Amino acid sequence: MKYLMAVTGGLLLLFVIGHMLGNLQIFAGREAINRYGHLLQSSGELLWVVRLGLLAVVALHVWSAIKLSLENKAARPVAYAQYQPVGSTYASRTMLMSGLIVFAFIVFHLLHYTVRAQAVNLTGQDFAAFKEALPNGESRHDVYKMMIVGFRSVWVSAFYVLGVGLLCLHLSHGASSMFQSLGWKNDAYRPWLDRLARLLALAIFLGYISIPVAILLGYGKDV
Amino acid sequence: MNLTLKVWRQKDGQTPGRFETYEAKNVLEDMSFLEMLDVVNEELIERGQEPIAFDSDCREGICGMCSLVINGVPHGGHKGTATCQLHMRHFKDGQTITIEPWRAKAFPLLKDLIVNRSAFDRIIQAGGFVSVNTGGAPDGNALPVPKEAADRSMDAAACIGCGACVAACKNASAMLFVAAKVSHLNLLPQGHPEKDRRALAMVRQMDQEGFGACTVTGSCEAVCPKEISLSFIAKLNRDYGLAALKGK
Repeated sequence: MKYLMAVTGGLLLLFVIGHMLGNLQIFAGREAINRYGHLLQSSGELLWVVRLGLLAVVALHVWSAIKLSLENKAARPVAYAQYQPVGSTYASRTMLMSGLIVFAFIVFHLLHYTVRAQAVNLTGQDFAAFKEALPNGESRHDVYKMMIVGFRSVWVSAFYVLGVGLLCLHLSHGASSMFQSLGWKNDAYRPWLDRLARLLALAIFLGYISIPVAILLGYGKDV
Repeated sequence: MNLTLKVWRQKDGQTPGRFETYEAKNVLEDMSFLEMLDVVNEELIERGQEPIAFDSDCREGICGMCSLVINGVPHGGHKGTATCQLHMRHFKDGQTITIEPWRAKAFPLLKDLIVNRSAFDRIIQAGGFVSVNTGGAPDGNALPVPKEAADRSMDAAACIGCGACVAACKNASAMLFVAAKVSHLNLLPQGHPEKDRRALAMVRQMDQEGFGACTVTGSCEAVCPKEISLSFIAKLNRDYGLAALKGK
Protein backbone atom coordinates (compact mmCIF):
# COMPACT_ATOMS: atom_id res chain seq x y z
CA MET A 1 0.00 0.00 0.00
CA LYS A 2 2.77 2.40 0.93
CA TYR A 3 4.67 1.28 -2.17
CA LEU A 4 1.61 2.17 -4.27
CA MET A 5 1.41 5.54 -2.55
CA ALA A 6 5.08 6.24 -3.30
CA VAL A 7 5.04 5.09 -6.92
CA THR A 8 1.86 7.00 -7.83
CA GLY A 9 3.14 10.03 -5.94
CA GLY A 10 6.40 9.86 -7.87
CA LEU A 11 4.59 9.71 -11.21
CA LEU A 12 2.42 12.69 -10.26
CA LEU A 13 5.53 14.63 -9.22
CA LEU A 14 7.02 14.04 -12.68
CA PHE A 15 3.80 15.31 -14.26
CA VAL A 16 3.81 18.40 -12.03
CA ILE A 17 7.38 19.23 -13.13
CA GLY A 18 6.63 18.64 -16.82
CA HIS A 19 3.39 20.64 -16.65
CA MET A 20 5.24 23.56 -15.07
CA LEU A 21 7.98 23.56 -17.68
CA GLY A 22 5.35 23.45 -20.44
CA ASN A 23 3.37 26.32 -18.95
CA LEU A 24 6.40 28.51 -18.45
CA GLN A 25 6.53 28.80 -22.23
CA ILE A 26 3.95 31.56 -21.81
CA PHE A 27 6.92 33.82 -21.10
CA ALA A 28 8.29 32.97 -24.55
CA GLY A 29 5.24 34.65 -26.08
CA ARG A 30 1.99 33.73 -27.77
CA GLU A 31 3.58 31.71 -30.58
CA ALA A 32 5.43 29.34 -28.23
CA ILE A 33 2.59 28.55 -25.85
CA ASN A 34 -0.04 28.21 -28.58
CA ARG A 35 2.18 25.88 -30.59
CA TYR A 36 2.76 23.82 -27.43
CA GLY A 37 -0.99 23.69 -26.71
CA HIS A 38 -1.70 22.72 -30.30
CA LEU A 39 0.95 19.98 -30.16
CA LEU A 40 -0.73 18.44 -27.11
CA GLN A 41 -4.26 18.80 -28.48
CA SER A 42 -3.39 17.33 -31.87
CA SER A 43 -1.76 14.21 -30.48
CA GLY A 44 -5.17 12.53 -30.60
CA GLU A 45 -5.29 9.08 -29.09
CA LEU A 46 -1.95 9.60 -27.36
CA LEU A 47 -3.42 12.55 -25.45
CA TRP A 48 -6.22 10.36 -24.13
CA VAL A 49 -3.82 7.58 -23.17
CA VAL A 50 -1.88 10.07 -21.06
CA ARG A 51 -5.04 11.66 -19.64
CA LEU A 52 -6.60 8.35 -18.65
CA GLY A 53 -3.26 7.16 -17.29
CA LEU A 54 -2.98 10.27 -15.11
CA LEU A 55 -6.55 9.86 -13.98
CA ALA A 56 -5.89 6.25 -12.96
CA VAL A 57 -2.75 7.30 -11.08
CA VAL A 58 -4.63 10.06 -9.25
CA ALA A 59 -7.43 7.63 -8.38
CA LEU A 60 -4.97 5.07 -6.98
CA HIS A 61 -3.09 7.75 -5.04
CA VAL A 62 -6.26 9.15 -3.46
CA TRP A 63 -7.77 5.72 -2.80
CA SER A 64 -4.66 4.42 -1.04
CA ALA A 65 -4.35 7.68 0.92
CA ILE A 66 -7.91 7.42 2.22
CA LYS A 67 -7.66 3.72 3.02
CA LEU A 68 -4.35 4.15 4.88
CA SER A 69 -5.63 7.20 6.75
CA LEU A 70 -8.69 5.30 7.95
CA GLU A 71 -6.48 2.44 9.17
CA ASN A 72 -4.15 4.91 10.85
CA LYS A 73 -7.04 6.63 12.57
CA ALA A 74 -8.35 3.25 13.79
CA ALA A 75 -4.93 2.46 15.28
CA ARG A 76 -5.52 5.07 18.02
CA PRO A 77 -9.15 4.87 19.15
CA VAL A 78 -8.63 6.96 22.30
CA ALA A 79 -6.97 10.31 21.56
CA TYR A 80 -4.44 12.02 23.82
CA ALA A 81 -5.78 14.81 25.98
CA GLN A 82 -2.50 16.59 25.41
CA TYR A 83 -0.40 15.83 22.35
CA GLN A 84 2.68 17.79 21.48
CA PRO A 85 4.20 16.95 18.11
CA VAL A 86 7.97 16.54 18.25
CA GLY A 87 10.43 15.92 15.45
CA SER A 88 7.80 16.12 12.70
CA THR A 89 7.19 18.90 10.18
CA TYR A 90 3.84 20.65 9.67
CA ALA A 91 3.78 19.34 6.11
CA SER A 92 4.22 15.73 7.22
CA ARG A 93 1.33 15.92 9.68
CA THR A 94 -1.14 17.47 7.23
CA MET A 95 -0.58 15.30 4.14
CA LEU A 96 -4.20 14.13 3.95
CA MET A 97 -5.67 17.63 4.33
CA SER A 98 -3.27 19.29 1.89
CA GLY A 99 -3.85 16.41 -0.53
CA LEU A 100 -7.64 16.69 -0.40
CA ILE A 101 -7.62 20.47 -0.92
CA VAL A 102 -5.20 20.06 -3.83
CA PHE A 103 -7.59 17.47 -5.28
CA ALA A 104 -10.46 19.99 -5.10
CA PHE A 105 -8.19 22.54 -6.77
CA ILE A 106 -7.34 20.10 -9.59
CA VAL A 107 -11.04 19.52 -10.28
CA PHE A 108 -11.57 23.27 -10.51
CA HIS A 109 -8.43 23.71 -12.61
CA LEU A 110 -9.60 21.09 -15.14
CA LEU A 111 -13.06 22.68 -15.40
CA HIS A 112 -11.41 26.06 -15.78
CA TYR A 113 -8.80 25.47 -18.49
CA THR A 114 -9.39 21.97 -19.90
CA VAL A 115 -13.19 21.68 -20.06
CA ARG A 116 -13.31 25.51 -20.30
CA ALA A 117 -16.62 25.69 -18.48
CA GLN A 118 -17.67 29.32 -18.74
CA ALA A 119 -19.47 29.23 -15.39
CA VAL A 120 -16.27 28.79 -13.34
CA ASN A 121 -13.89 31.26 -14.97
CA LEU A 122 -15.50 34.37 -13.39
CA THR A 123 -14.77 36.55 -16.44
CA GLY A 124 -18.01 36.07 -18.36
CA GLN A 125 -16.01 35.17 -21.48
CA ASP A 126 -16.04 31.86 -23.34
CA PHE A 127 -12.47 30.47 -23.32
CA ALA A 128 -13.34 27.86 -25.94
CA ALA A 129 -14.05 30.66 -28.42
CA PHE A 130 -10.52 32.13 -28.15
CA LYS A 131 -8.91 31.41 -31.52
CA GLU A 132 -5.70 32.54 -33.11
CA ALA A 133 -5.82 32.88 -36.90
CA LEU A 134 -2.83 31.34 -38.64
CA PRO A 135 -1.26 32.69 -41.88
CA ASN A 136 -2.39 29.59 -43.81
CA GLY A 137 -6.02 30.40 -43.13
CA GLU A 138 -6.55 27.84 -40.37
CA SER A 139 -6.96 28.73 -36.72
CA ARG A 140 -5.87 27.19 -33.43
CA HIS A 141 -6.90 27.62 -29.82
CA ASP A 142 -5.42 30.77 -28.28
CA VAL A 143 -3.97 29.36 -25.06
CA TYR A 144 -2.00 32.55 -24.47
CA LYS A 145 -5.12 34.72 -24.39
CA MET A 146 -6.97 32.17 -22.25
CA MET A 147 -4.24 32.12 -19.60
CA ILE A 148 -3.94 35.89 -19.48
CA VAL A 149 -7.67 36.55 -19.34
CA GLY A 150 -8.12 33.68 -16.87
CA PHE A 151 -5.50 34.84 -14.38
CA ARG A 152 -6.62 38.47 -14.51
CA SER A 153 -9.41 37.39 -12.20
CA VAL A 154 -7.95 37.98 -8.74
CA TRP A 155 -10.09 35.24 -7.18
CA VAL A 156 -8.98 32.65 -9.72
CA SER A 157 -5.34 33.63 -9.22
CA ALA A 158 -5.69 33.58 -5.44
CA PHE A 159 -7.17 30.08 -5.48
CA TYR A 160 -4.44 29.03 -7.88
CA VAL A 161 -1.71 30.30 -5.56
CA LEU A 162 -3.39 28.55 -2.61
CA GLY A 163 -3.72 25.29 -4.55
CA VAL A 164 -0.14 25.35 -5.77
CA GLY A 165 1.10 26.42 -2.33
CA LEU A 166 -0.56 23.43 -0.66
CA LEU A 167 0.65 21.16 -3.44
CA CYS A 168 4.20 22.26 -2.74
CA LEU A 169 3.74 21.84 1.02
CA HIS A 170 2.55 18.32 0.19
CA LEU A 171 5.58 17.77 -2.06
CA SER A 172 8.10 19.13 0.45
CA HIS A 173 7.32 16.02 2.50
CA GLY A 174 6.19 13.60 -0.21
CA ALA A 175 9.10 14.03 -2.61
CA SER A 176 11.61 12.65 -0.10
CA SER A 177 9.18 10.43 1.80
CA MET A 178 8.55 8.26 -1.27
CA PHE A 179 12.22 7.26 -1.28
CA GLN A 180 11.82 6.15 2.33
CA SER A 181 8.72 4.09 1.53
CA LEU A 182 10.48 2.38 -1.35
CA GLY A 183 13.52 1.73 0.80
CA TRP A 184 15.86 3.90 -1.26
CA LYS A 185 17.25 5.91 1.61
CA ASN A 186 20.00 5.56 4.18
CA ASP A 187 21.76 7.78 6.69
CA ALA A 188 24.26 8.94 4.07
CA TYR A 189 21.85 10.55 1.63
CA ARG A 190 18.79 11.05 3.80
CA PRO A 191 19.64 14.68 4.77
CA TRP A 192 20.34 15.50 1.11
CA LEU A 193 17.11 13.95 -0.11
CA ASP A 194 15.13 15.85 2.52
CA ARG A 195 16.78 19.14 1.56
CA LEU A 196 16.38 18.44 -2.14
CA ALA A 197 12.65 17.77 -1.66
CA ARG A 198 12.15 21.12 0.07
CA LEU A 199 14.19 22.93 -2.55
CA LEU A 200 12.29 21.24 -5.36
CA ALA A 201 8.95 22.12 -3.73
CA LEU A 202 10.03 25.75 -3.47
CA ALA A 203 11.22 25.81 -7.10
CA ILE A 204 7.92 24.33 -8.29
CA PHE A 205 5.95 26.85 -6.21
CA LEU A 206 7.88 29.80 -7.61
CA GLY A 207 7.68 28.42 -11.14
CA TYR A 208 3.92 28.04 -11.08
CA ILE A 209 2.96 31.23 -9.27
CA SER A 210 5.24 33.31 -11.50
CA ILE A 211 2.52 33.05 -14.18
CA PRO A 212 -0.50 34.54 -12.34
CA VAL A 213 1.75 37.01 -10.50
CA ALA A 214 3.27 38.26 -13.75
CA ILE A 215 -0.14 38.54 -15.36
CA LEU A 216 -1.61 40.44 -12.41
CA LEU A 217 1.43 42.76 -12.56
CA GLY A 218 0.62 43.53 -16.18
CA TYR A 219 2.25 40.84 -18.31
CA GLY A 220 0.38 40.38 -21.61
CA LYS A 221 -1.27 43.83 -21.72
CA ASP A 222 -1.59 43.38 -25.48
CA VAL A 223 -4.45 40.88 -25.08
CA MET B 1 9.51 22.28 44.47
CA ASN B 2 5.75 21.77 44.36
CA LEU B 3 3.91 20.46 41.33
CA THR B 4 0.36 19.79 40.21
CA LEU B 5 -0.15 16.44 38.48
CA LYS B 6 -3.02 15.62 36.15
CA VAL B 7 -2.93 11.83 36.02
CA TRP B 8 -5.01 9.44 33.92
CA ARG B 9 -6.83 7.01 36.23
CA GLN B 10 -8.67 3.99 34.88
CA LYS B 11 -9.68 0.89 36.86
CA ASP B 12 -9.35 -1.53 33.92
CA GLY B 13 -9.83 -1.82 30.17
CA GLN B 14 -13.63 -1.92 30.44
CA THR B 15 -14.21 0.98 32.81
CA PRO B 16 -14.02 4.49 31.36
CA GLY B 17 -11.08 6.55 32.66
CA ARG B 18 -10.67 10.19 33.70
CA PHE B 19 -8.02 12.64 34.86
CA GLU B 20 -7.43 13.12 38.59
CA THR B 21 -5.45 16.01 40.01
CA TYR B 22 -2.80 15.48 42.70
CA GLU B 23 -0.40 17.80 44.46
CA ALA B 24 3.24 16.66 44.56
CA LYS B 25 4.86 18.56 47.42
CA ASN B 26 8.54 18.97 48.36
CA VAL B 27 9.83 17.31 45.20
CA LEU B 28 13.64 17.31 45.05
CA GLU B 29 15.23 18.20 41.73
CA ASP B 30 17.53 15.17 41.95
CA MET B 31 14.58 12.79 41.99
CA SER B 32 13.76 10.87 38.86
CA PHE B 33 10.24 11.22 37.48
CA LEU B 34 9.33 7.76 38.78
CA GLU B 35 10.72 8.51 42.25
CA MET B 36 8.50 11.58 42.31
CA LEU B 37 5.51 9.32 41.51
CA ASP B 38 6.64 6.87 44.25
CA VAL B 39 6.46 9.70 46.79
CA VAL B 40 2.99 10.71 45.58
CA ASN B 41 1.90 7.06 45.82
CA GLU B 42 3.16 6.70 49.39
CA GLU B 43 1.06 9.69 50.40
CA LEU B 44 -1.94 8.16 48.64
CA ILE B 45 -1.43 4.87 50.47
CA GLU B 46 -1.12 6.68 53.81
CA ARG B 47 -4.43 8.36 53.13
CA GLY B 48 -5.94 4.98 52.27
CA GLN B 49 -6.33 5.74 48.58
CA GLU B 50 -5.49 3.59 45.57
CA PRO B 51 -1.91 4.34 44.39
CA ILE B 52 -1.26 5.30 40.75
CA ALA B 53 -0.34 2.19 38.74
CA PHE B 54 2.63 2.63 36.37
CA ASP B 55 5.21 0.31 34.81
CA SER B 56 8.89 0.31 35.77
CA ASP B 57 11.66 -2.17 36.33
CA CYS B 58 15.40 -1.47 35.98
CA ARG B 59 15.11 2.32 36.36
CA GLU B 60 18.40 2.77 34.55
CA GLY B 61 17.09 3.15 31.00
CA ILE B 62 17.84 -0.30 29.63
CA CYS B 63 14.81 -2.52 30.22
CA GLY B 64 12.05 -0.72 28.31
CA MET B 65 9.37 -1.14 30.97
CA CYS B 66 8.73 2.50 31.88
CA SER B 67 6.45 4.52 29.66
CA LEU B 68 4.21 7.59 30.35
CA VAL B 69 3.27 10.42 28.00
CA ILE B 70 4.39 13.50 29.92
CA ASN B 71 2.91 16.83 28.81
CA GLY B 72 2.04 15.31 25.44
CA VAL B 73 5.44 13.75 24.73
CA PRO B 74 6.36 10.09 25.37
CA HIS B 75 9.16 9.84 27.97
CA GLY B 76 8.89 13.60 28.53
CA GLY B 77 10.81 14.82 25.49
CA HIS B 78 14.43 14.79 26.59
CA LYS B 79 16.64 13.46 23.83
CA GLY B 80 17.68 9.87 24.35
CA THR B 81 16.08 9.66 27.80
CA ALA B 82 13.53 7.19 29.14
CA THR B 83 11.04 8.31 31.81
CA CYS B 84 13.05 6.57 34.55
CA GLN B 85 16.11 8.65 33.64
CA LEU B 86 14.19 11.91 33.41
CA HIS B 87 15.01 14.12 36.37
CA MET B 88 12.79 16.62 38.11
CA ARG B 89 15.30 19.44 37.57
CA HIS B 90 13.83 19.74 34.07
CA PHE B 91 10.55 20.95 35.57
CA LYS B 92 9.69 24.27 37.15
CA ASP B 93 8.22 24.91 40.60
CA GLY B 94 4.45 25.29 40.38
CA GLN B 95 4.19 23.61 36.98
CA THR B 96 1.22 21.45 36.02
CA ILE B 97 2.22 18.11 34.49
CA THR B 98 -0.18 15.96 32.47
CA ILE B 99 0.55 12.21 32.61
CA GLU B 100 -1.15 9.82 30.19
CA PRO B 101 -0.59 6.19 29.17
CA TRP B 102 0.60 5.11 25.69
CA ARG B 103 -2.50 5.31 23.50
CA ALA B 104 -2.82 2.74 20.71
CA LYS B 105 -5.36 0.10 19.77
CA ALA B 106 -2.60 -2.52 19.77
CA PHE B 107 -1.63 -1.55 23.37
CA PRO B 108 -4.82 -2.19 25.36
CA LEU B 109 -4.94 -0.40 28.70
CA LEU B 110 -4.67 -2.58 31.79
CA LYS B 111 -4.81 -0.06 34.63
CA ASP B 112 -4.18 3.70 35.05
CA LEU B 113 -0.91 4.25 33.15
CA ILE B 114 -0.11 0.61 32.38
CA VAL B 115 -0.75 -0.78 28.91
CA ASN B 116 -0.30 -4.31 27.59
CA ARG B 117 2.62 -4.38 25.16
CA SER B 118 2.37 -8.11 24.34
CA ALA B 119 1.82 -7.17 20.69
CA PHE B 120 5.57 -6.45 20.54
CA ASP B 121 6.32 -9.93 21.95
CA ARG B 122 4.14 -11.54 19.28
CA ILE B 123 5.99 -9.58 16.57
CA ILE B 124 9.31 -10.88 17.94
CA GLN B 125 7.91 -14.42 18.04
CA ALA B 126 6.99 -14.09 14.37
CA GLY B 127 10.61 -13.68 13.26
CA GLY B 128 12.86 -11.80 15.67
CA PHE B 129 15.19 -14.75 16.24
CA VAL B 130 17.90 -16.83 14.55
CA SER B 131 17.58 -20.60 14.23
CA VAL B 132 20.68 -22.32 15.60
CA ASN B 133 21.42 -26.04 15.57
CA THR B 134 22.39 -27.41 18.94
CA GLY B 135 25.74 -29.12 19.38
CA GLY B 136 29.24 -28.01 20.19
CA ALA B 137 29.77 -24.27 20.53
CA PRO B 138 31.28 -22.80 17.32
CA ASP B 139 34.76 -21.29 17.49
CA GLY B 140 34.82 -17.62 18.41
CA ASN B 141 35.48 -15.39 15.36
CA ALA B 142 35.02 -18.34 12.98
CA LEU B 143 32.36 -16.30 11.22
CA PRO B 144 33.78 -12.97 10.02
CA VAL B 145 31.48 -9.97 10.69
CA PRO B 146 32.34 -6.66 8.97
CA LYS B 147 32.90 -3.86 11.49
CA GLU B 148 30.37 -1.56 9.75
CA ALA B 149 27.71 -4.26 9.82
CA ALA B 150 28.37 -4.98 13.48
CA ASP B 151 28.14 -1.26 14.34
CA ARG B 152 24.88 -0.71 12.48
CA SER B 153 23.44 -3.91 13.86
CA MET B 154 24.28 -2.80 17.39
CA ASP B 155 22.67 0.61 16.73
CA ALA B 156 19.46 -1.23 15.84
CA ALA B 157 19.81 -3.69 18.71
CA ALA B 158 19.83 -0.77 21.15
CA CYS B 159 16.01 -0.78 20.88
CA ILE B 160 14.56 -1.65 24.31
CA GLY B 161 11.03 -2.19 22.98
CA CYS B 162 9.38 0.42 25.21
CA GLY B 163 6.84 1.43 22.56
CA ALA B 164 7.45 5.19 22.69
CA CYS B 165 7.64 5.16 18.87
CA VAL B 166 4.05 3.90 18.72
CA ALA B 167 2.94 6.35 21.39
CA ALA B 168 4.45 9.35 19.58
CA CYS B 169 3.36 8.42 16.04
CA LYS B 170 0.22 10.16 14.87
CA ASN B 171 -0.72 6.85 13.22
CA ALA B 172 0.30 4.66 16.19
CA SER B 173 2.66 2.86 13.82
CA ALA B 174 5.18 0.33 15.12
CA MET B 175 7.48 0.64 12.10
CA LEU B 176 10.50 1.94 14.03
CA PHE B 177 10.35 -0.96 16.49
CA VAL B 178 9.93 -3.58 13.75
CA ALA B 179 12.61 -1.91 11.61
CA ALA B 180 15.08 -2.01 14.51
CA LYS B 181 14.33 -5.64 15.34
CA VAL B 182 14.47 -6.81 11.70
CA SER B 183 17.63 -4.80 10.92
CA HIS B 184 19.53 -5.91 14.00
CA LEU B 185 19.42 -9.55 12.78
CA ASN B 186 19.30 -8.97 9.00
CA LEU B 187 22.56 -6.99 9.08
CA LEU B 188 24.53 -9.87 10.60
CA PRO B 189 25.70 -13.03 8.83
CA GLN B 190 24.01 -15.12 11.54
CA GLY B 191 20.66 -13.58 10.62
CA HIS B 192 21.15 -13.71 6.89
CA PRO B 193 19.69 -17.16 6.10
CA GLU B 194 16.25 -16.14 7.45
CA LYS B 195 16.40 -12.52 6.21
CA ASP B 196 13.43 -12.61 3.81
CA ARG B 197 11.18 -14.77 5.94
CA ARG B 198 11.87 -12.56 8.96
CA ALA B 199 10.97 -9.28 7.22
CA LEU B 200 7.74 -10.68 5.78
CA ALA B 201 6.59 -12.45 8.96
CA MET B 202 7.29 -9.58 11.34
CA VAL B 203 5.57 -7.01 9.11
CA ARG B 204 2.55 -9.33 8.70
CA GLN B 205 2.29 -9.74 12.48
CA MET B 206 2.63 -5.97 12.96
CA ASP B 207 -0.31 -5.38 10.60
CA GLN B 208 -2.41 -8.04 12.33
CA GLU B 209 -1.88 -6.35 15.69
CA GLY B 210 -3.60 -3.21 14.42
CA PHE B 211 -0.73 -0.73 14.33
CA GLY B 212 -1.00 2.11 11.77
CA ALA B 213 1.19 2.76 8.73
CA CYS B 214 4.32 4.92 8.58
CA THR B 215 3.95 8.39 7.06
CA VAL B 216 7.59 9.29 7.71
CA THR B 217 6.90 12.19 10.08
CA GLY B 218 9.97 11.31 12.16
CA SER B 219 8.32 11.77 15.58
CA CYS B 220 9.26 8.19 16.58
CA GLU B 221 12.95 8.91 16.08
CA ALA B 222 12.63 12.14 18.07
CA VAL B 223 11.21 10.46 21.20
CA CYS B 224 13.14 7.17 21.05
CA PRO B 225 15.15 6.85 24.29
CA LYS B 226 17.75 4.86 22.33
CA GLU B 227 17.76 7.28 19.34
CA ILE B 228 17.08 4.58 16.74
CA SER B 229 17.44 6.16 13.28
CA LEU B 230 14.44 6.61 10.99
CA SER B 231 16.65 5.25 8.20
CA PHE B 232 16.14 1.74 9.59
CA ILE B 233 12.52 2.03 8.38
CA ALA B 234 13.82 2.59 4.84
CA LYS B 235 15.93 -0.52 5.27
CA LEU B 236 12.89 -2.48 6.49
CA ASN B 237 10.91 -1.30 3.44
CA ARG B 238 13.79 -2.42 1.23
CA ASP B 239 14.14 -5.84 2.90
CA TYR B 240 10.37 -6.37 2.80
CA GLY B 241 10.10 -5.26 -0.84
CA LEU B 242 12.96 -7.51 -1.99
CA ALA B 243 11.52 -10.46 -0.06
CA ALA B 244 8.06 -9.86 -1.58
CA LEU B 245 9.58 -9.66 -5.08
CA LYS B 246 11.19 -13.06 -4.55
CA GLY B 247 7.67 -14.37 -3.90
CA LYS B 248 8.43 -15.81 -0.49
